[in-house]
Amino acid sequence: MSLEIALKHRLGDFTLDAAFVAEGGVTALFGASGAGKSSIVAAVAGLLKPGHGRVVLNGRVLTDTDEKIFLPPQQRRAGLVFQEARLFPHMSVEKNLRYGWRRAPARADEKDVAHVIALLGLGKLLDRRPRTLSGGEKARVALGRALLASPEILLLDEPLASLDAPRRGEILPYLERLRDEAGVPMLYVSHQVDEVARLADHVVLLEKGRVALQGPPGETLPGLGGQGGILGAVLDAVSLGPREDGLTELAFDNGRLAVTVAAAPGTKLRVRLAADDILIARVQPKEISANNILRVTVVQVTVKGDIAEIALQAGDAWLLARITTASAQRLALAPGLPVFAIVKSVTVDS
Amino acid sequence: MPPIQFQLTPAEIEAVLLSLRIAGVAVAVALPFAFATALLLARGRFFGKTLLDGIVHLPLVLPPVALGFLLLVLLGTRAGLGAFLAENFGIRFVFHWSGAALASAILSFPFQVRAIRLVLEARDNGLDDAAATLGAGWWDRLVSITLPLALPGMIAGAVTAFAACLGEFGAIITFVSNIPGETQTLPLAIYSALQQPGGETAAMRLASLSIGLALVFMVVAQRLQRRAVR
Repeated sequence: MSLEIALKHRLGDFTLDAAFVAEGGVTALFGASGAGKSSIVAAVAGLLKPGHGRVVLNGRVLTDTDEKIFLPPQQRRAGLVFQEARLFPHMSVEKNLRYGWRRAPARADEKDVAHVIALLGLGKLLDRRPRTLSGGEKARVALGRALLASPEILLLDEPLASLDAPRRGEILPYLERLRDEAGVPMLYVSHQVDEVARLADHVVLLEKGRVALQGPPGETLPGLGGQGGILGAVLDAVSLGPREDGLTELAFDNGRLAVTVAAAPGTKLRVRLAADDILIARVQPKEISANNILRVTVVQVTVKGDIAEIALQAGDAWLLARITTASAQRLALAPGLPVFAIVKSVTVDS
Repeated sequence: MPPIQFQLTPAEIEAVLLSLRIAGVAVAVALPFAFATALLLARGRFFGKTLLDGIVHLPLVLPPVALGFLLLVLLGTRAGLGAFLAENFGIRFVFHWSGAALASAILSFPFQVRAIRLVLEARDNGLDDAAATLGAGWWDRLVSITLPLALPGMIAGAVTAFAACLGEFGAIITFVSNIPGETQTLPLAIYSALQQPGGETAAMRLASLSIGLALVFMVVAQRLQRRAVR
């Protein structure tokens, strides 16, 4: 799968000028409100006609302003999940779910329908009317409805933004299951670092209508603020099973970590480290409570007033530590210096 | 004053039935146009929208007699459009009950448009876009989403318009005259009764009936309207 996007569009004082390519898996469009994320999604779905640009999905030209091509939304096969769910109030949940399914050029068979219903936990809701559903239930129905239309790509425009934190936590596992089991590529719009860190395979950072940075989450997200403070690292790890001391050993890009979460050998996990939870030592600390002491190399030192952000390389992965500028000077940290990173705590996403 | 005799005469029953028929036809014929206009006003963005909005609402403030006169000038069979229709298609509105229905349809048009537009604006929050991304084309969306959502508004608007049609007088008497059995609706029958000596009893009977009918329809319309927007 591939989605190529190149757009130039003016909306009042705001100019969108972004180009990127999304391949399989989950591509996260990340940026502050007003960065142009929703405009990009609307342009892919066919709800916004860009002043200038091209959108190509799996080799199919959806929009090309030079060639005067603009396919209407119903011919694009791009499923869109809106922030407000937008369920049809005059239909039951089941009719909502089957609305796009009925109109798909190649309908998913009943086994797949049952699978999606089970995957999203919708079995008990089928006869209900949308207005009787909770926010989280609505979000799940909207996801199922878009998915059952057999789209070539699923566009998710902040599907969790209207939910409170506990609800969001309730939906995220469903999204992870969709990513892992449904096999539909997704363009996921969010302004929550933690959501993106948990779900994305590829991150496109938008700033004021332009692509500021793109790449895997491990390279793009450290340094950005999330609910647990500034992100220090996003690592894709594989469990190696329990160690003698009971902790679970994880391997990532030529590095090792130990966590308290149990995971069978071979289980893939994504772990996040907060930048404030990474300490730096020049000599290997002994007799210390931290479970993880990594051999790393200083890549870059960025002084921001009293705080210095130290980019570190651990194996092939990146870490970001936030320490005081005074400490950085005392330790004489400079690019190329081998040091030890002491990781105080690790967040594990399944 | 003699006691009111509630037994309607055959002529009066005819007037009531004629009123109901004219109002029914007027509402039914105007409905598709009202729906299209409401859709245009609720969703469209075009030059002259304010003007269209004004024209649609004009019958609310226009003297009905003026409208009746305009229709007579336009559709009278001696000249213009009326002559053309009569000669080529044999369609005649003047002195015919269909002319009364046409005048009623125009006068009650804003009631229908307003009620439909209100529900469209209250209920269609991007549902049309959602349906499009799910693969539904324009007609498909109109039938599967827009019409069912607008239905309560259409019913409420139709009932209000129907009640308004029952009260129409000025335009009908000016355009199609007051012919018993053809164009003499309930209000016109009241007027005729008052023209005859001793006709007050009949007038009172018919007036009470008018008030009753209007009240019933207005109550129903109010309830439907409230349900529709909720």
